[in-house]
Amino acid sequence: MSGSAQGDTLEEQIDQWRGFVSRRRAISASDVEEMEDHLREQIADLESGGLDGEEAFLVAVKRMGALDAVSREFAREHSHRLWKQLVLVPESDGEPGSSRWRELGVMLAFALAAGVAVKILVAAVDDEMALFRNIPFVVLVFLAGWFAWKHRAPWRVCAVTAALAAIPALAVNLYPFVQTPGPYPVPGMTAVLAFTHAPVLLWLLAGVPHAGGRWRSHERRMDYVRFAGELAMYLALIILGSMVLLGLTASVLSLAGVDLEPVMEAWLLPFGGPGALLVAAWLVEAKKSVVENIAPVLTKVFTPLALLMLIADLVAMLVNGPLTTVDRELLIIMDAVLVLVLFLLLYWISARDPLVPPGVFDWLQLALVGTALAVNAVALTAMLTRIAEFGFTANKTAALGLNLVLLVHLVWSARLLWGFVRGSRPFAEVERWQTAYLPVYAVWAAVVVLVFPPLFAFA
Amino acid sequence: MHIEKDLVAASATPLVLGILAEGESYGYAIVKRVNELSDGRMRWTDGMLYPLLHRLERNGLVQASWGRSDAGRRRKHYAITEAGLEALAERREQWQVVAEALRQVWEAAAPPGLPGGAEPAGGFA
Repeated sequence: MSGSAQGDTLEEQIDQWRGFVSRRRAISASDVEEMEDHLREQIADLESGGLDGEEAFLVAVKRMGALDAVSREFAREHSHRLWKQLVLVPESDGEPGSSRWRELGVMLAFALAAGVAVKILVAAVDDEMALFRNIPFVVLVFLAGWFAWKHRAPWRVCAVTAALAAIPALAVNLYPFVQTPGPYPVPGMTAVLAFTHAPVLLWLLAGVPHAGGRWRSHERRMDYVRFAGELAMYLALIILGSMVLLGLTASVLSLAGVDLEPVMEAWLLPFGGPGALLVAAWLVEAKKSVVENIAPVLTKVFTPLALLMLIADLVAMLVNGPLTTVDRELLIIMDAVLVLVLFLLLYWISARDPLVPPGVFDWLQLALVGTALAVNAVALTAMLTRIAEFGFTANKTAALGLNLVLLVHLVWSARLLWGFVRGSRPFAEVERWQTAYLPVYAVWAAVVVLVFPPLFAFA
Repeated sequence: MHIEKDLVAASATPLVLGILAEGESYGYAIVKRVNELSDGRMRWTDGMLYPLLHRLERNGLVQASWGRSDAGRRRKHYAITEAGLEALAERREQWQVVAEALRQVWEAAAPPGLPGGAEPAGGFA
């Protein structure tokens, strides 16, 4: 063997060794560098002592010790390395760090602008209902704007999205909704329906700038679904933390005779609310690849539990005979059950590797969807005769319509899932159906916001 | 010669600190020096040295800095600190106590054939 060829094999062997060592999470890159220097010195010494390259390499590696034991020792000294840490603003390494600082700055600017907008809205309207129906529009505009900046959505797409979002905004503000008369006017059915469905529509529209304008891409849509799940988790944590902090501050200040409440209503809520949303969104974008998604983990925990709950529901409904109270409440409960099952399905799919063959969990999901459909079917057949009796009010139609939209989604999902577990369909079809169906929810929400009020005479 | 793991572990810290007290050094050189000092009878698992050095660094007994080897590779050098020298002095006293106690034990119960030993324990039979 010639000298240079031998040198090449040695380099290859050292490369391999470096690869093995680098894979240990407790051993950092600089540790590997330090040990590689050691290994090379040792090899050089052994070679000058008469061993050939390969022998020297083997002896040097052996002297380094069993990788498991060494790695364990590193882990004992650097236990924090076993926990993935999220570095939001990297300290050194120049160039990427500065862009992170810029990102933080831009996000804070959007959060501040959203706070100012909410403050202006509060000052501009004195009617509480007007405040509540406009807040989602005001806040989500800034979130969508930040999405557009972050994902470089083309301005034409942004303009079209904004124009589309303006339609429900005008509708909820300009439709002549009827209020029940009296000293405390209560908004009518169609008004409440429009106010509650408008944020759903807006949230789905915000997915367009989040996808960087490529909203037709199924991958981008799935990214938005994942983003939404993580955002909900982070937002919940931030809100919990803020509540603890505010509670402590308020109790300390009350000792000093200072009342926090006026400040809280005037400044903390208008700025803190939108701020929490944007900070959570920024955190989710920053942590994307670094930390595992938590929503799919929760899905795995709750899917078996939800299945047990649904089986219990089904048995109770079948054994106890015809349902006693059949009204709108029941429909809303059924919608909620289907939404829950849908979320479990969606977030499980969002994290599933499409190439893994069907397993126990796929059957579990199928059972979950199947049981949910059965529960829904029992409830609906009990209602069917009664619905005609009561006639179609706006609320009942909205609840029934949503039930139908969810039903189509779940029935088809179950069909595709059945094909997958039996091996006749690829998993990608199940996944694709979820993202393909998402716009239907936007259309349904738009119908409830825009068409229902005139259809039911703004009652 | 095989030396028990616990003994190697217990003596590693004073050995490393002592070697660094002679002057700044780096991983491989420290291992080589241990070999020299023990005439090659004390074999460390080389990889274990680095977590130990990092622990000493974290506790402020040694200070690390990145330099370059003659071949141009990045190399981490270690130097002992004031606190390290104090710790070394303390360890030294501890080991002297242990060594003194052990010396007396060896003298009292040395096996046959070694100088200064007691008579074989035949009288017990």
